[in-house]
Amino acid sequence: LDQARYVSLVSEPAAGAIATFLGVTRDNFQGKATQRLEYEAYVPMAARKLLELCQQACGKWQLCRMAVAHRTGTVLVGEASVIIAVSSAHRREALEACHWAIDELKATIPIWKKEVFEDGEVWKENEEWRQQQ
Amino acid sequence: MVDVTVLFFARSRELSGTSEARISLQPGSTTKTLMQQLLSQYPQLEELQGNFVFSLNQEYLGVDEEQQLKSGDEVAVIPPISGG
Repeated sequence: LDQARYVSLVSEPAAGAIATFLGVTRDNFQGKATQRLEYEAYVPMAARKLLELCQQACGKWQLCRMAVAHRTGTVLVGEASVIIAVSSAHRREALEACHWAIDELKATIPIWKKEVFEDGEVWKENEEWRQQQ
Repeated sequence: MVDVTVLFFARSRELSGTSEARISLQPGSTTKTLMQQLLSQYPQLEELQGNFVFSLNQEYLGVDEEQQLKSGDEVAVIPPISGG
């Protein structure tokens, strides 16, 4: 995922603020060394829900543009699996919308990640999803 | 007969051994009937019982929500999500 590309996508003359979020594969989970993450998505539903998420953000805050991308397949330690870029005239809206968007993504978008360790693997479950159930 | 497509994701895909199945049900069948059919056809899915929801035509159903099915419906088995 190329951060510069997403910044460029949301840039425009009226946007005085651009906020971005990158979710990056960490090297450990609760002290156990992670080899990699593997992501799977219900692609048509995830795409549709991501569009709805962006539309919701535009309804909640005065934004210029918004871009969200999520990888599927193997994402190695240090690589970004998800990027959110938001622009607005002034900084508060972009920062708040960006924060809301990653929380909302974790609660609602049909994407799954499997954490692979040296001695096993486990499908993760987002706390944000649990709270919505 | 009511013919639906069932999609399996993540752990449910590993347990069932497939990512997609065509299931034929009696007319008047619901998502509850489908669940029983899936558990009998893929007994390993037992591991996920109580820990998944269905989506119906790309909209989530509530955990106890029961919807009538019609031919051409697309149902997905949705284990707890973990995007981001």
